[in-house]
Amino acid sequence: MDRKEGRRAIEIYINIVLLFFLVATGLAAVLLRNLLASAMLLGIYGLLMAALWVVLDAVDVAFTEAAVGAGITTVLMLLAIALTERHEKRPSRPPYLALLAALVTGGALVYATGGMPAFGDAAAPAHRHVAPEYIARALDETGVPNVVTAVLASYRGFDTLGEVTVIFTAGMGVLLLIGVGARRRKEGGGS
Amino acid sequence: MKDYMLLRIISKMLIPFILLFGLYVQMHGDYGPGGGFQAGVIFAAAFILYAIVFEVETARRVAPMAVLATAACIGVLLDGGVGVAGMIGGGNFLEYGALAHDPRHGNHLGITLIELGVGITVAAVMMIVYYSFAGRR
Amino acid sequence: MAEFLAHYNYWAAIVLAMIGLFAVIARGNLIKKLIGLSLFQTAVFLLFITIGKITGATAPIVGAGFTLYSNPLPHVLILTAIVVSVSTLAVGLALTVAIRRAYGSTEEDEIQHKDRVPERE
Repeated sequence: MDRKEGRRAIEIYINIVLLFFLVATGLAAVLLRNLLASAMLLGIYGLLMAALWVVLDAVDVAFTEAAVGAGITTVLMLLAIALTERHEKRPSRPPYLALLAALVTGGALVYATGGMPAFGDAAAPAHRHVAPEYIARALDETGVPNVVTAVLASYRGFDTLGEVTVIFTAGMGVLLLIGVGARRRKEGGGS
Repeated sequence: MKDYMLLRIISKMLIPFILLFGLYVQMHGDYGPGGGFQAGVIFAAAFILYAIVFEVETARRVAPMAVLATAACIGVLLDGGVGVAGMIGGGNFLEYGALAHDPRHGNHLGITLIELGVGITVAAVMMIVYYSFAGRR
Repeated sequence: MAEFLAHYNYWAAIVLAMIGLFAVIARGNLIKKLIGLSLFQTAVFLLFITIGKITGATAPIVGAGFTLYSNPLPHVLILTAIVVSVSTLAVGLALTVAIRRAYGSTEEDEIQHKDRVPERE
């Protein structure tokens, strides 16, 4: 029992430390004028996020985030920056209005968390509807022990089909914007 | 970046293992963390590493854009096709129980096929996006 | 006090979302706006996964010897959302590159200025 309590306490400490690092890297990524540095910080941010997902029991999400957030996103950002500009110009007007909007929205949201169930509460409404059913039935009905995979591909297969279509459409959009389409237009237009 | 011998040799050694790991994640998604989305990204990452080190044009010879665009379509069609196959088998759209005699086996088969479709599309789209950005200038 | 402190994960998500929102509103650079947008997205992911966490539970992979699992449903939603987010980010970056080609700039002010003042004048 004592050991279990200790493990839980360590989990909470790791969680809080990771959250601090996340806020620090996120803030630095936004405040820096050098876009190259921002993109690098975003990669570190993705890796920290992946570590946080492991602490929060979301191993499948951590896997995806480590490959996408820390890998592909950074590569794409760097490529886009290489094609545009490396430095951001100073904005012409001071950002007081944006700061006010962010603070007011943030304040309202923090106030609203008072109505949320406590972090890690097993009796929260989110855990009392379909989720226990999925966990109890997934192995018997599909023969797949990883409940996330079972829900993703079977119980919510329609959702996944939609997501795949979105990814496909996004890929085709990029291809037409700056890939094949742009090249053909360039050759045809002669400019 | 072709001139850096260390980078060239190490990446050449690593790429087969990254591809193998991608396939492992794809196939092992039922039993541990993993699945089509992760496998697709990892698989694409191997090709992107290849394209970064050995120029995009070399990578294009290995996996041409036309092949990738076709693969992206095949992935989506496979997912939709599994849904329609369920309908033909007498169930609803995306109901896998009808794919095999035993509903449990049907469900497992359906999940494997859907994950495969997801993996193919995600890998192809990630490579298409990389080629599109890196092919400019 | 314990009741009060039980929501720190939600607050971190809100702080990250507001950093993103600030970047989207205040910064004129289109790539910086996209960075802000992806911060906002990950903040929403954090909110979802936080809701799915149960104290003392394990990852939702059914095995012998475990009875308490975290909620798998948010994991499914966010797992797909992450891959969709990188695809949409790619579309945004592609648009930025196309805008840069058409206008010669990625700063919002300069683009709007060019729209208002046609180049022929």
